[in-house]
Amino acid sequence: MNGTDFRQYTGFRIGILILLGVFCFLAFLFSMRCGSRNLSCAEILKTLWAADGSTDYLILCHIRLPRVVLGGLVGAALALSGAILQGVMRNPLAAPGIIGVSSGGALTAVGILLLLPQFSFLLVPAAFLGALATAVLVYALAWKGGIQPVRLILSGVAVASMLSALVSMLLLFNSERAVVVLDFMIGSLSAKSWTQVHLVWPYIACGAAASFLLAQSLNILALGDEVATGLGLRVELMRVILLALSALLAAASVSVVGLLGFVGLIAPHVVRLMIGSDCRFLLPGAALFGAGMLVCCDTVGRIMMDPVELPAGIILALLGPPFFLYLLRRSADHET
Amino acid sequence: MKLDIAELCAGYGSKRVIDQLSLSIASGEILTFIGPNGCGKSTLLKTLARILKPQGGTVLLDGKNVHTMNTALLAKRLAVLPQIHAAPGDVTVRNLVEFGRFPHHGSWRAPSVHDREVVERILAMTRLTELASRRIANLSGGERQRAWIAMTLAQEPEVLLLDEPTTFLDVCCQFEVIELVRRLKCELGITVVMVLHDLNLAARCSDRLAAIRDRRIFRVGTPCEILTPAFLREVFHIEARVMLDEDGVPFFLPSGSCREVRS
Repeated sequence: MNGTDFRQYTGFRIGILILLGVFCFLAFLFSMRCGSRNLSCAEILKTLWAADGSTDYLILCHIRLPRVVLGGLVGAALALSGAILQGVMRNPLAAPGIIGVSSGGALTAVGILLLLPQFSFLLVPAAFLGALATAVLVYALAWKGGIQPVRLILSGVAVASMLSALVSMLLLFNSERAVVVLDFMIGSLSAKSWTQVHLVWPYIACGAAASFLLAQSLNILALGDEVATGLGLRVELMRVILLALSALLAAASVSVVGLLGFVGLIAPHVVRLMIGSDCRFLLPGAALFGAGMLVCCDTVGRIMMDPVELPAGIILALLGPPFFLYLLRRSADHET
Repeated sequence: MKLDIAELCAGYGSKRVIDQLSLSIASGEILTFIGPNGCGKSTLLKTLARILKPQGGTVLLDGKNVHTMNTALLAKRLAVLPQIHAAPGDVTVRNLVEFGRFPHHGSWRAPSVHDREVVERILAMTRLTELASRRIANLSGGERQRAWIAMTLAQEPEVLLLDEPTTFLDVCCQFEVIELVRRLKCELGITVVMVLHDLNLAARCSDRLAAIRDRRIFRVGTPCEILTPAFLREVFHIEARVMLDEDGVPFFLPSGSCREVRS
């Protein structure tokens, strides 16, 4: 490699973070402006300022804004969860699903929607608890005098496939009503209101703040257990804390938007390619990028085939990979 | 500084590799554990470094048990370089050395001016200043090992534990590492405890050698006391001639194996 790697300079990294912030802001603006009724920035400001209860005001404040805020929160949480997991597991394929959060959340959600529809109002807390309980189960199964990342991943895969089988069974026996769980299984931000935002923001805010504080510990953990121990890090303790944070962030997301794949896996990689693997910059970068990415995809899904709304999960899975593969190829050329 | 190992038992699960081993290591000395493959020298070093929990006995640093004291406080006094280590691909030499300051500033405080000064001083001392912005992954084996040792030095330890620091290196790089270790002792007064496979290298750089056999210290002493034909036959099962070079350092030339063939 002849050229200097700019990613090692703090100034460059801060510049990238600012750019990601701008991207995030533009995504929010895009989402506020577009929809069945397009509004200009001036109209948005005027309407919000007037706060007069007009149709535009209701659309902005009670439909678009909560959706943008929720999309931002969830996108950031999933990206952070994935970034933390990839660090703790030292495995680039780690994603929130790997610690059982998705399958656990899915089983409880599908169970409630299909078997106990009269309790649908408990969907969010139930999915949250299901997701967390599964993460704890996976951790307990992998424990053997300590946690080996590989054993944790394998336990996670085993538990996830079992729970997925149960979900499939529930769907088969209730196939005539399976359509009600479709939104949850794909991951969607449609019909979300401030209620969901209020339910999850405290968890996501705490999780994000704690993960930023522990970023340097995550860097040390990446050097391997032995080196990290030598540097005075309490490896087992830190791993439990980071896994718990990751599970909390992912569980909060899954409980409100369902199984939104891809953000947690890809957002950390994209940001790593831009900013490097130093978690003090990677974590905030991934959060900003995840938020912007999800809001963008959700908006595209809303307007692409208007009046039919495509779930954000589908758009993410369609548009994300080509963009990611492009970045991957470009960086591969650059490295050699 | 004084490191006291008292009746230490170590191993993995039900397998005991080190049994009731006792040894005192004095301030500023270079002590090297030697012994054939599988004799437990690396296990011993890992247990000294609190990477492994002991199965019995104690390791005391100035009277304080290293396995129960605050691990971050210990990291400011005792550093360890495991045999196998890896860093993410984009970590530069300077990043790596900065990680050595972790026990001093912790997870959520930014490195202070003093931390930065220490990093620059260590880079200069290990002749890595020129390479500071290079990635670890793009260095030669010898440079990479020097960078990792620099990381442990940034901890400003009194004791440094090195697990086979010369493995995978060519002869020249091996000598560079060994010369660096000598300088650490002379210039910084650091006590170095290491494991080496190469007996001639160990004899050249160590103040004392400790041979491990049958889960205990078999013999400990200066290189001249340890490196004798009888010792080599008994512990390493080789026939060898031992000579002194012009500095009075013993070295040996093997002439054959004398291991009993097991049927």
